[in-house]
Amino acid sequence: MEIIVTGVLLGGTYALIALGLTLQYGVARIMNLATGETFLAACFLAFWLFTAYAVNPFWGLAVIAPLAFVANWAIYLFLLQPLVNRAKDEAMLEVDTILATFGLLFLVQGLLLRTFGGAYMSYTFLAERFELFGSQYGLNRVVAFLAALLIAAALYVFLYRTRYGTAMRAVAGNPHSAHLVGIDVARMAGLAFALGGAITACGGTLLSTFYTFDASMGVVFTIKALIIVIMGGVGDVRGAAIAAVILGVTETAIASLVDPGLTLASTYALFTLVLLFRPQGIFGTRRS
Amino acid sequence: MMRMSPSEIRLAVAGIAVLAALATLPLFDNGYYLTISLNIVLYAALCTAWTLFSGPTHYISLATAAFSGLGTYTVALGIDALPFPLLVVAGGIVAAAMAGLVGAATLRISGIYFVIFTLGLTELIRQIVTRVQTKFGKSTGLYVFTDFTEAHIYWMLLGLTAAIFLTGWLITRSRLGFALEVIGEDEEVARHVGIDTARMKIVLFMISGAFIGMAGAMLAPRYSYVEPPSAFNPMISFLVVIMALLGGTRRFWGPLIGVIPFTILMDLVSVYFPNDSSIVIGIAFLIIVYLLPQGLTGRLEQLWARMRHPQEHDKAAAAGERP
Repeated sequence: MEIIVTGVLLGGTYALIALGLTLQYGVARIMNLATGETFLAACFLAFWLFTAYAVNPFWGLAVIAPLAFVANWAIYLFLLQPLVNRAKDEAMLEVDTILATFGLLFLVQGLLLRTFGGAYMSYTFLAERFELFGSQYGLNRVVAFLAALLIAAALYVFLYRTRYGTAMRAVAGNPHSAHLVGIDVARMAGLAFALGGAITACGGTLLSTFYTFDASMGVVFTIKALIIVIMGGVGDVRGAAIAAVILGVTETAIASLVDPGLTLASTYALFTLVLLFRPQGIFGTRRS
Repeated sequence: MMRMSPSEIRLAVAGIAVLAALATLPLFDNGYYLTISLNIVLYAALCTAWTLFSGPTHYISLATAAFSGLGTYTVALGIDALPFPLLVVAGGIVAAAMAGLVGAATLRISGIYFVIFTLGLTELIRQIVTRVQTKFGKSTGLYVFTDFTEAHIYWMLLGLTAAIFLTGWLITRSRLGFALEVIGEDEEVARHVGIDTARMKIVLFMISGAFIGMAGAMLAPRYSYVEPPSAFNPMISFLVVIMALLGGTRRFWGPLIGVIPFTILMDLVSVYFPNDSSIVIGIAFLIIVYLLPQGLTGRLEQLWARMRHPQEHDKAAAAGERP
């Protein structure tokens, strides 16, 4: 029971990075391999705001999320859109974006190392006990989970109840038809990329309240996010949320029952199962 | 007996001459120049082996460090029991087996899953090896004591690079090479004429992996003490991608053009800016994507074509074609 609750709580923050990525890949069609770096940069920013200015990380969200939105929009406009325009086919765009986001990955990682050094970071925030189903949990984890839930719900409402959200889902479904019904596809792709980056950064900010992180961890988060997205089905908000919780629980179970050093192995085990049995995702329909 | 065209014979003679000249290097210097040349030959072997697979398929493999680490570990585990040449072959087989598993899981579906899977593969194997060693072994490292000097390792890797070139040439003349050519032109067509595209890719990935594993095995004596973090260093995979693409993968010898300057650059960076190698790697990726999408060899070929046939180039440009 403890494992399940801890896993679900962890899954909440994983869900945000995966939702961000699924927006970026599903709508903007950019496989952003630097997503873990956006996530980590938010961790470091929250850390810096808290230790230097005593800013509560939840207020920090109000600064970090818009900042990530603008930064990701700029990245899309200046770095990625030229690649979209020059690509002759999808395969070429895929290779180009993979290489370009690798470049961003190392650039951000190098800048983080330069600014904050290579040490492990953490800070104490809301480190009180909280009782749930008869066991004790960190209050910071519970609050972070609730905040993640709120953000994910807001995203869901945006995508399914507003005109902009509907347009984004139309682009995700079929960019050609979306264009025919008068949607500015390029603009929507840019907005979706920026929004995805902002949501990822929210996940990073929340994670930093209870997790120890360092500058070279980004790739691991990227891999987790990618696997959640594939497990849930690309572009599927519901699937990503459920897959994130599955991953959180599996990881916590392996870490506490077998060996904390094997968390990535458990992620890969899940990934392999998905690839072998449901490569289209949990709720996905097989593409013809 | 296979027939070779006159130009191929000339190329082979030139290749053997260059190889012989390079092999004499340890006679002149056993210090800094041998060390940096050893690195260059190592990356030449890794990049050419990488290009064997990633050149024709355009799939970016990040499994290089995993394969070479498996080769290194095979040697480290067996060095007291088996002769070294046998261990090098074993390292190749282990790496090829891993390549087969990864390929079977991902290459049947799509390229993006392949990239994602290989992205974390090195870290995954490192975690598993560490776990097995701490659980069943006495320490996390293994000693590799041999009589090999840097010169020996240099010669072995030089020979391996030559073998990779030979294999690449043989592949272009084989059924596999012909199938790959069709796949490269149009995968849909390839499937319709009855080519098992996934199987071809898996076989090619295994060949490439085997050579990378052997390179890792040959490198083992250099470490003398092998630990998971040094043997499975993900950075190697990224460096190989950069060097190969910097050189260009359209020609089989293209990666060499990228290996030499970049190995020297990374050596300088590690001396003068030891904490900023990530930034250099990041910038290198961006330069490749935005300025050199065909690599240095592609850019040189463009310039060469323009110098030789200026009018034709202008006509082609006017027609909106690439020169």
